[in-house]
Amino acid sequence: MPFLELSGVCKAFGGPEVLKDVNLSIERGEFVAIVGYSGSGKTTLISLIAGLQKPDAGTVKLNDLEITAPGPDRGVVFQNYSLLPWLTVTENIALAVEQVFPNHTPEKRAELVAKAIATVNLTPASEKLPRQLSGGMRQRVSVARALAMDPQILLLDEPLSALDALTRSTLQDEFERIWEADKKTVVLITNDVDEALLLADRIIPLTPGPGATLGESVAVTLARPRDRKALNHDPEFKRLRALVTNQLLGYGAKRKATVTKKLTLPDILPEDLDVPRTTRKRPLRPHEIKREEVAVSA
Amino acid sequence: MNKFKLDWLILPLIGVAIILGVWAVSSATWAKDLPSPLKTWESSKPYILEPFAKRGEMDQGILRFTWYSLVLVAQGYALALIIGTPIGFCLGLSKAFTKTFDPIIQILRPVSPLAWLPLGLVLFLGTGKEAGTYGALFTIAICAMWPTVLNTAVGVRAVPQDYLNVGRVLKLSRWKTLTKILIPATLPYMFTGFRLSLGIAWLVIVAAEMLTGRPGVGGFLWQEYNALIYEHIILSIIIIGLVGFVLDRLMSLLERRFRTA
Ligand SMILES: Nc1ncnc2c1ncn2[C@@H]1O[C@H](COP(=O)(O)OP(=O)(O)O)[C@@H](O)[C@H]1O
Ligand SMILES: [Mg+2]
Repeated sequence: MPFLELSGVCKAFGGPEVLKDVNLSIERGEFVAIVGYSGSGKTTLISLIAGLQKPDAGTVKLNDLEITAPGPDRGVVFQNYSLLPWLTVTENIALAVEQVFPNHTPEKRAELVAKAIATVNLTPASEKLPRQLSGGMRQRVSVARALAMDPQILLLDEPLSALDALTRSTLQDEFERIWEADKKTVVLITNDVDEALLLADRIIPLTPGPGATLGESVAVTLARPRDRKALNHDPEFKRLRALVTNQLLGYGAKRKATVTKKLTLPDILPEDLDVPRTTRKRPLRPHEIKREEVAVSA
Repeated sequence: MNKFKLDWLILPLIGVAIILGVWAVSSATWAKDLPSPLKTWESSKPYILEPFAKRGEMDQGILRFTWYSLVLVAQGYALALIIGTPIGFCLGLSKAFTKTFDPIIQILRPVSPLAWLPLGLVLFLGTGKEAGTYGALFTIAICAMWPTVLNTAVGVRAVPQDYLNVGRVLKLSRWKTLTKILIPATLPYMFTGFRLSLGIAWLVIVAAEMLTGRPGVGGFLWQEYNALIYEHIILSIIIIGLVGFVLDRLMSLLERRFRTA
């Protein structure tokens, strides 16, 4: 029995289906990366697992129990950090710890908070407000908050895509270290194939929407711990990277072939400023503009 | 170049001088009943130089009158906030509540304090001598409440879904969601409402005092009009304006503090 199981999940927001017939099963302790184009429905997928959204059809099960509401057993790291700006780093995390461990003594809770902050190397900034932190630091706080809840599964929604490349690789290394330490089940959403290869046991592509669904998963058999410098020369890494990239590009090509847009181009001639004003043709009035439609492949 | 550094001082003084000039010329030419600036100053001196004197019920230093007015405004304003803020939260949180009460609010909002005051007096007729005070409080509260109600409602609706999602993932109770997320996220909007409400409360006090004859700047103004001491009308107007300005500045300071929170 898989730990997390989605079967036949569909989701629409009043318009066309965003997700269509999504099936996914993840074992306990597995680190799964889901890669896809932006706008394809990755955040929607995470929201469904988190219980923030309900599927229109199909079921989402954790531990064989259907997910009906959000809860702290699923730690979410939101795409835009979602720290409460009026609380300090410590207070943001303490809010989560108080909710999850109401029976602990205050000292024990403070200890958990401090430990979570230390795990992401933020102890010196623990009394700062989010607005006083850089993007990378905010993201670490968000991760620390999720870790402090000691969830059964971590849901990371593009945690690093808003960061610069250097900060991103530092945090990737930290994620790897944290995951090695307690082997939590993780679903990582990303649009960076290298990041997925560095961290995940398995990579699943999400086809572009509307009607996005999960493609065939690729097992990442690279030995751990993975070193980013060594990986760059690893033939297996190169093979996997080409495989996943081609899979995504394949979807992209299909998308190109199917999506056409109609642009309406106004028929306007540029005014010739060399001709004296009095003899120049009068510029067209808006209702005189002839329109023609041109089909453009996106 | 040096001259321009004093712009902030010189230009406003020029403005005041121009207005004084227009005033002096007017009182000398077409508005013979308007006291001249000099006469106004002479006649107002005892009220300004001994601002806290008490010579009789309606003959007191101007700041003493102002103080009475401020106390009444503070009470009415507090009432407006205590009633208005929760209504704003209900409007922001519940679509059904909005649909039920929004039309009524939109209709009551533009009603003038002059129209509310008689109703306030009628409501508290039973209290006898105190009817004036309660009627004035009622009028201040009901007129000053609307900016707080509407701004709070807008603020609650504008709370980012992300913050609410954090609350849902943590399974915060309703009370904790309110105190830890909704109220802090709405505070900047609430304070904008509070500032606008205070401005209205101060506008209303003058009307309320005029009609009830309570001691205060507004009551004083009306009494001196009836006593044909027109200088004191001008004195009162200047004081009312200054106090209103100071109150607004103080509230903006508070508002700015909470905007960054
Ligand atoms: N709450 C919502 N209401 C309406 N449409 C939504 C909502 N959430 C997402 N969508 C739509 O679903 C599609 C996928 O969005 P999202 O899951 O955020 O994509 P991704 O995270 O992959 O960039 C988008 O077209 C978006 O407009
Ligand atoms: Mg997203």
